[in-house]
Amino acid sequence: MSAPGAPGAFRTAAAKALKDPELRANFRRAMDGLMTKRAAMFADPAEWRDLRALGATIRQRAIANLPELLERLEEKCTGNGVQVRWAETTEEANAVVLEILRRHGATRVVKGKSMVSEEMHLNDFLEKHGIESLESDLGEYIIQLDGETPSHIIMPAIHKNRQQIARLFGRKIREARYTEDVDELTRIARRVLRRKFFEAEAGISGVNFAVAETGTLCLVENEGNGRMSTHVPPVHIALMGIEKVVERLEDVPPLYSLLTRSATGQAITTYFNMITGPRGPGEKDGPREVHLVILDNGRSRIFSDRELSATLRCIRCGACMNHCPVYTRVGGHAYDAVYPGPIGKILTPQTEGLGRRHDLAHASSLCGACGEVCPVGIPIAELLVRLRREAVRGDRSSAVLGAGEARSRLESLAWAAWAAAHRSPSLYRLMGLAATRLSRLLPARLPVLSRWTSVRETPRPARRTLHELVEREGVDNA
Amino acid sequence: MSLSEPGGRAKPEAVYYYGTCLMDLFFPEAGMAGIRLLRREGLRVVFPRGQTCCAQPAFNCGYHEEARAVARAQIALFPRPYPIVVPSGSCAAMMKHHYPALFEGDPFQEQAEAFASRVFELTQFLADVLEVELSDHGESVRVAWHPSCHSLREMGIAEEPKSLLAQLVNVERVPLIRERECCGFGGTFSVREPEISAAMVEDKATDVVSTGASLLLSGDGGCLLNIGGRLAARGDRVRPTHVAEFLWERTK
Repeated sequence: MSAPGAPGAFRTAAAKALKDPELRANFRRAMDGLMTKRAAMFADPAEWRDLRALGATIRQRAIANLPELLERLEEKCTGNGVQVRWAETTEEANAVVLEILRRHGATRVVKGKSMVSEEMHLNDFLEKHGIESLESDLGEYIIQLDGETPSHIIMPAIHKNRQQIARLFGRKIREARYTEDVDELTRIARRVLRRKFFEAEAGISGVNFAVAETGTLCLVENEGNGRMSTHVPPVHIALMGIEKVVERLEDVPPLYSLLTRSATGQAITTYFNMITGPRGPGEKDGPREVHLVILDNGRSRIFSDRELSATLRCIRCGACMNHCPVYTRVGGHAYDAVYPGPIGKILTPQTEGLGRRHDLAHASSLCGACGEVCPVGIPIAELLVRLRREAVRGDRSSAVLGAGEARSRLESLAWAAWAAAHRSPSLYRLMGLAATRLSRLLPARLPVLSRWTSVRETPRPARRTLHELVEREGVDNA
Repeated sequence: MSLSEPGGRAKPEAVYYYGTCLMDLFFPEAGMAGIRLLRREGLRVVFPRGQTCCAQPAFNCGYHEEARAVARAQIALFPRPYPIVVPSGSCAAMMKHHYPALFEGDPFQEQAEAFASRVFELTQFLADVLEVELSDHGESVRVAWHPSCHSLREMGIAEEPKSLLAQLVNVERVPLIRERECCGFGGTFSVREPEISAAMVEDKATDVVSTGASLLLSGDGGCLLNIGGRLAARGDRVRPTHVAEFLWERTK
């Protein structure tokens, strides 16, 4: 068994997941449903093409002007009465959150869904410091009860089926009677959470879009827990990665539409929150204080590379996972990363380093299903190839974290030999001759191809190559 | 000389044929069938003998220096302005879409781009440029069609092969349930991630068998080796066949 994050760890974890029929059925069923719903939402190819081009342009422009937009965002937020703090690392971000909570003597926190908080491992951190941090998104609540991490960025508990959740609730929630009825399970969670919203001294949320022009923090959700977390407790702390900024308010509607249709196949979500500041004088609700923590965590390094900066366009819809033939078979936990699936395969090696995580860049057949559905046009397959290249780079010219760390002498030699053989017509013909004439003398199971032939018949070269056939038939050479 | 512009309808007098390394070794008859289909339309087909591999394996593994060396050798063999027809969506995509990027900033860039602009996948060329008319001489048969991912998503070829098959009156094409899903080949992916690749090809093989087809058709040798290899190991009798060979055998 490989250590987490060690090269080969993905393969080991994936192989284990593949042997779990219940897990595979849960993912397959859920992803099939999501793909069908999304397809229905983008039934008009021309509309999809135009909207996606617009979304890509908006995000590309935002990333191109990232420093300037972040400055403007800070200025606008501050003007709106939001207290803005910057964090380069997740440790710094955790410290900022803790400091704010301590200042208010908060010991109970409710959280809306936030992938940045997952990057920070915020719940564990707060718990170590004696603060209860309760997830209020139903999926997040379920996995927190079971001590798990999200297996999907939009549907964190998608790896579990109804029966598994029923057993979990029966085991962990005292007032719950055993039921497999979805509505009843939801009601059980709702009863627990309702109370917690009113007890909490602070609420924490993520941010879907932060508008530089107005300092508006947009929050997309379906359960109302986002609104409760950000409006009921007296203090609201919003967490965002630096890439979440957009230039103008008018950029939001197309991105919002792309997000909900791509993610869950919804035309619009049940709730869309636009947070502009704390409770104003004379206002009857809303938090007294609003804080915005802006986290880098390796993103500015990605920003510095023209091609790879496309990674930062992501609006976290999860469509790439839903359509990934690898993700749908192994699930999210096999990646051992905050962001699983295709977006995680390009993001994680860049933030955690190619030395440790280059295997993720290879965990793809490069089928391109992810890039095809990406609502902001991130060329994920191309970026995977770019990262594979950075991982085996022989020089020191790259800014990508861990570049060259996966280079091995044996593999480089093998590819050099491959290139030598394929740039020399005579050497190539010799190999063809050897393969066609000698392969029948080889055993049925070749050791070098053992992984291939364990489930497939050994591929047999033909008796004559195409080169020989064209020669025989007198096909023109020039 | 009436050379075809991409998207144009003018028939060229001559075309280059890029056989690909997989066809060279594993599907030479299908490679020849592609040549025969083109010749039947009155074209002179040129097969430069020194051709080897489009360099996709090295490119996809991140060995771009090595890929450039091999790609440069291929490009040099196709100097005339003829269209370059490739019986593989994946190799065609490599040459059409990745060669320009591979030589970005290289003195060879212009030549690579000119080469790339002349690349066509075989069924695309037959359907869109030559607008071939096929008459079926074969017996009634049920087939399944598997589009390769690179053909579908990088070359944007979805309807062309189906439209060719639809011209064959005795051929019934039964769609796969997950037609657009990858078969799990992915070149070195199938060796680096054998367990996942095996799970993918297993699902694809099951999908193929459930159509009741006696032939599995595809335009890419990689997919055929992969799915065909699995079908054979399972003991299923569906025969993997390259679409070029199928089209030729039924219409010759």
